Amino acid sequence: MTSLLKMTWVETKLFLREPVTVLFTFALPLMVLYVLGGVFGNEGDTGGNGGFVVYGGYGPTNWYTPAYVGLAIAGVAMIGVPAHIAEYRERGVLRRLRASSVSRTGFLSAQLIVSFFIAAIGSVLLLAVAFPSTEVDTPVSAGLFLIAFVLGAVCFSAFGILVGTVLPTARAAQSAGLLLWFLFMFVSGAGPPPEVLPESLAAIGEYAPLTPVIKMLQEPWLSGEWAVGPSVAVLAIGVVSAGAAYFLFKWE
Amino acid sequence: MGSVISVEHLRKTYGSFVAVDDISFEVEEGEIFGLLGPNGAGKTTSVEITQGLRVPDGGDIRVLGLDPRTQATQLRRLVGSQLQESALPGRLKVWEALDLFASLVPGGPEWREVMERWSLTEKASASFSSLSGGQRQRLLVALAVVNEPRVVFLDEMTTGLDPAARRATWQLIEAVRDGGATLVLVTHFMDEAEQLCDRLAIVDGGRVVAGGSPQSLIAEYGGDLQVNFSTDRPDVSFLEAIEWVDSVSRRGPHVVVVGRGPVLALVGAELVRNGIVPTDLRVQQATLEDVFLRLTGRGLGE
Ligand SMILES: Nc1ncnc2c1ncn2[C@@H]1O[C@H](COP(=O)(O)OP(=O)(O)O)[C@@H](O)[C@H]1O
Ligand SMILES: [Mg+2]
Repeated sequence: MTSLLKMTWVETKLFLREPVTVLFTFALPLMVLYVLGGVFGNEGDTGGNGGFVVYGGYGPTNWYTPAYVGLAIAGVAMIGVPAHIAEYRERGVLRRLRASSVSRTGFLSAQLIVSFFIAAIGSVLLLAVAFPSTEVDTPVSAGLFLIAFVLGAVCFSAFGILVGTVLPTARAAQSAGLLLWFLFMFVSGAGPPPEVLPESLAAIGEYAPLTPVIKMLQEPWLSGEWAVGPSVAVLAIGVVSAGAAYFLFKWE
Repeated sequence: MGSVISVEHLRKTYGSFVAVDDISFEVEEGEIFGLLGPNGAGKTTSVEITQGLRVPDGGDIRVLGLDPRTQATQLRRLVGSQLQESALPGRLKVWEALDLFASLVPGGPEWREVMERWSLTEKASASFSSLSGGQRQRLLVALAVVNEPRVVFLDEMTTGLDPAARRATWQLIEAVRDGGATLVLVTHFMDEAEQLCDRLAIVDGGRVVAGGSPQSLIAEYGGDLQVNFSTDRPDVSFLEAIEWVDSVSRRGPHVVVVGRGPVLALVGAELVRNGIVPTDLRVQQATLEDVFLRLTGRGLGE
C-alpha cells in the first residue's frame, strides 16, 4: 500500500514536470475558455435567429465551462497518459518496475489515480479562474456535478490508459493523443455549438467517447439534473477500457 | 558452498528463431559468475528467464531453490536486477528513484543510507537524464541492491561508458560482491569478464561453448605462450632443451620462445643459470579473446 502511494506521488510529480501535459491539461482549456467565452458572452439564446437555438438556450459561458472541465480531463487522459505509458514501455522503465515486483494492477492503478488527480488539479484551476473572471453562473447542482466529475475523470482516464497500452511507441501515442484531443474538442461539445456542426462531424460526435463525459458534466451544471444515458455510456467506456487495458497490457 | 543458480538445458525460441538453443550453467554462492559472448548469443534472454522475466520453452531452472517459471513473484524479492536497455524516467530525481524502489521492498531499507553508501548524495536532486553514464550505472546498481538481494544480475553494465567510468563500474561490481551477494554478470567485453569473474560460461549461438575460471579457460584454449626477451649473447639454443619449449627464434637481440604451461619460469631459471639476466623478460599471455577465437573461429566483436 505504501508503495502504491509512493508510486502515485512520484508519478504525479513526473506528470507535472511534463510540459506537454501541463499545457494541455492546465493552460489550453483556460485559454479556450477565454477566447470562446469572450466571443459568445453568457447571454442565453432565445431563438431570435428564426427559431434556431444554440447551446440549448443556455448561456455560452455556462455551457462551455463544464465542457472545458471535460477538456482538461481529456488533456491528461489523451495527451499525458498514453505517451507516458508508451514511453515507459519503449525505454524499458516498465521492465525495470516489473523486475522490482511492481504488479500490473499496481502500475495501472497508480496511473489511474495520477490521471484523476491531475485532471482534478486542472479542473480546480480552471474553475478558480473562470468564476472571478467570466460571467459563468454557479452550477445548479454542485453535488451532482462533483459526482459527474469523479465518474468522468476516472472512466476517461481508463480510456487513456487503454490508448497507451495498445499503441506501440511513445511517438505514436503522442500523435494519436493530440489528434484525439483536438477532434474531441471540436465534436464533443467543447468547440462550436453542437447545433451548428456539419452532419458528418455531428455523427462523429455521437460516438466520440468524450461526448457523454461532457454531457454528463453539463447537465448538473445547467439544469441540475443527472444525465442518465451519458453516465451509463461513460461507465461502460470506463469498465471496458479498464478491462481491455488490463488484459492487453504488455511490459515490453 | 551450495549452488545458488542451476540452469539445465535452457531453450527459448522467438517464433521459429532459436535464441537459446541449449544453455546450462551453475552459479556458486558468493562468486561472480560471467556469461560472456557476442551480441545476439542469447545471454540476456538466458538471464531474464533465470529471473522469471521471460518464459522459457524448455529446461530446468532453479534460483535459490525456486522455479522462476512458477515462483517468479517470490524470486523477484530475493534477486536484484540491472536489466539491459532499461532506463528510468528522464525527469525522475535520484532521491525519488531510491525512495520509490526502497518502498517496493517490504519493510524497505532506509533509502538515504543506500544513497550515502553508493555516493549518490551529492546528486540527490539531479534528474536521471542529467546524470553521466557512470553515475547512471551507479544509481542502477544502488537500485538493484536496495532490497538486499542474495543474487544480483547485471546485464551489460559498461556498454557505452568511457574507460574511466568502466573502471569505476568494475569497482561497484566488486563492492556488490563484497557486500555478500552472488553475482551474475553478463558482458560481451572479454577484459571485463577476465578481470571480474571467478568463473564464466562462454556463450555463442545460444549454446555454452566452454566454461571455467578465466585462467583455466586460457590455459586450456589459449594456445601457446610466447616468452620474449633480448640479449647480446649469440647462442641461446640451450633453451630448446627445456621440456615445455616448442621453438626458439631470434631476430637481432630479440628472442622469442614459444611454449606451454610453466614455460616462463623454466626459461627464466635456465637463463639465470647461464648468466643471462634480461631486464625485459615477459610472457605474452593469451586472453579470453584468443580463447573465443579458438573456440568459435570468430572474434568476439564480430
Ligand atoms: N523479444 C524478442 N523477440 C524476438 N527476438 C528476440 C527477442 N529478444 C531477443 N531476440 C533475439 O534473440 C537473440 C538473442 O538475444 P539476446 O538474448 O538479447 O542476446 P545477447 O544478450 O547475448 O546479445 C538475438 O538474435 C535477438 O535478436
Ligand atoms: Mg544482451
